[in-house]
Amino acid sequence: MDSEDSGAPGDSEKTEQSDDSAAAGSRAIEIADVEKQFVTRHGPIRALSRTNLGVRRGEFTVLIGPSGCGKTTLLRLIAGLETPTSGEIRIGGAPLWVAGQRDAAAVAEMGVVFQDPNLFPWLTTIDNIALPLKLRGVAKAERHDRARALCRLVGIEGFEARWQSELSGGMRQRAAIARALCYEPEVLLMDEPFGALDAITRDTMNLELQRIWMATAKTIVLVTHSIAEAVFLADRIVLLSARPGRIEQVIDVDFPRPRDLNVQSLPEFLEIREFLRDRLEN
Amino acid sequence: MADATKAANGTPERRRGGLSMPPWLASTLLLSAFLAGWEGYVRLADVNWFILPPPSVVLQKWVDMLGGAKIWFHTWITVAETLLGFAFAVVIGIAFGALMGKMRRVEQTLHPFVVATQVVPKIALVPLFIVWFGFGLTPKVVIAAVLAFFPILVNTTLGFKSVDRGHREVMMSLNASRWQTVTQLELPSALPYILTGMEMGIVLSIIGAVVGEFLGGSQGLGVLAVQEMNSFNTTALFAIIIHLSVVGFIFYAVLVGCRRFAIPWHESVLVHKRD
Repeated sequence: MDSEDSGAPGDSEKTEQSDDSAAAGSRAIEIADVEKQFVTRHGPIRALSRTNLGVRRGEFTVLIGPSGCGKTTLLRLIAGLETPTSGEIRIGGAPLWVAGQRDAAAVAEMGVVFQDPNLFPWLTTIDNIALPLKLRGVAKAERHDRARALCRLVGIEGFEARWQSELSGGMRQRAAIARALCYEPEVLLMDEPFGALDAITRDTMNLELQRIWMATAKTIVLVTHSIAEAVFLADRIVLLSARPGRIEQVIDVDFPRPRDLNVQSLPEFLEIREFLRDRLEN
Repeated sequence: MADATKAANGTPERRRGGLSMPPWLASTLLLSAFLAGWEGYVRLADVNWFILPPPSVVLQKWVDMLGGAKIWFHTWITVAETLLGFAFAVVIGIAFGALMGKMRRVEQTLHPFVVATQVVPKIALVPLFIVWFGFGLTPKVVIAAVLAFFPILVNTTLGFKSVDRGHREVMMSLNASRWQTVTQLELPSALPYILTGMEMGIVLSIIGAVVGEFLGGSQGLGVLAVQEMNSFNTTALFAIIIHLSVVGFIFYAVLVGCRRFAIPWHESVLVHKRD
């Protein structure tokens, strides 16, 4: 009974997705019939009901929804930080989970930026950024060269030798983005990366992220609870709804790039924003 | 006139400047006051020097001792016992602490034993160690190790359990191996805790070595102290106590100094740099 209920929207989503299945070859991320249940002391909780979603290569996708809608769960499933209860996730066409183990090649296609920068306090900025290369055994000179180039890209040049405690919140998150980009992943996954920043820094970081995205041509999936951030950044907004978490609607946003902050006063922008606000409040 | 009012009111900076002398000066003044009080009491109340010798005489005795070869020989023995015991405690304490911090099962299994070793008065085991290991260096090294082991173990366990969840997820998202997670995340993250355990442990190591010497043996500062006590030479006994304190202080200071090199990023170090 329960499963029938939630199966219906999942199915309609599936048909919607299969319309552009001609472009399946260019899919960076594919989520097929993925479900996630958490087992708690009070019984199982369904965090995400059966979900289908494809993300095209180079696309900027934003996941938005009320709290408890499973948007973070969906992102963590893509990152391989959670195991799906059922269904399959493919990264660049290859399955993420093979025989219960994360596929190393698929994981290497993804860089993750968390809400907290999570920089290691015992490493300087440059060593934090170079950490992914260190884990792969890249020589120090080479990985520092790469990290220095990334410092330039994300705009924290001159802070290479600082401890994280000496950086501002915005700079820490820039360093975290640089670290995620370090081994050139195809996909950047971001979980409310600017949620802890003040409004002005947040606007700056949105502009910067757009610039970095356009410069690197990565595929980005970003989770946010800010409607303005979603509409400003996204090519496509995936709207999720809660209890159980499921995809409610996918909205295309086609303002020309690069967008500046003035785009926020366009009538179309306001229209999408009002629409989203309406849906999120109900 | 204006100057006078300014001086009378005192600007806030002035007032603060007047109260806050550098901490080392305050410590020195406090120590001097203590020694002066001691000296004054002994001289004015005409205390028998056999009960309490004045600090000036004790200090003179200590300086005389430092001129001889005897005290250096015994110092060397005590230092060797302390460092050997401490080294064992560090290696075993960190290894077990890491295992207990990482694996809940191991912790749950070993916890009763760890508590048991703490409840048993370890000093009471010293005679037993002497029976087992004789009167040489070995029992002292064992006692020094046993005493220092516990704080190192407990702090290391706490350090490994306190690794930030977000940091773990970073390592997970980078597909780090278990060994990489230990060396690149857990050890550096636990290092401030481990150092705290070591700072507590080194002091206990010295106590262990000296107590071991008290109870049986022919070499070391503890033996020297017992000999002076048996010949009712209170002044020399005091001098040896001062000597032991200085040795302990140097050990402790070296370890605290290590903190600055080992974890320059840590708040406990940065807070000094900001002063």
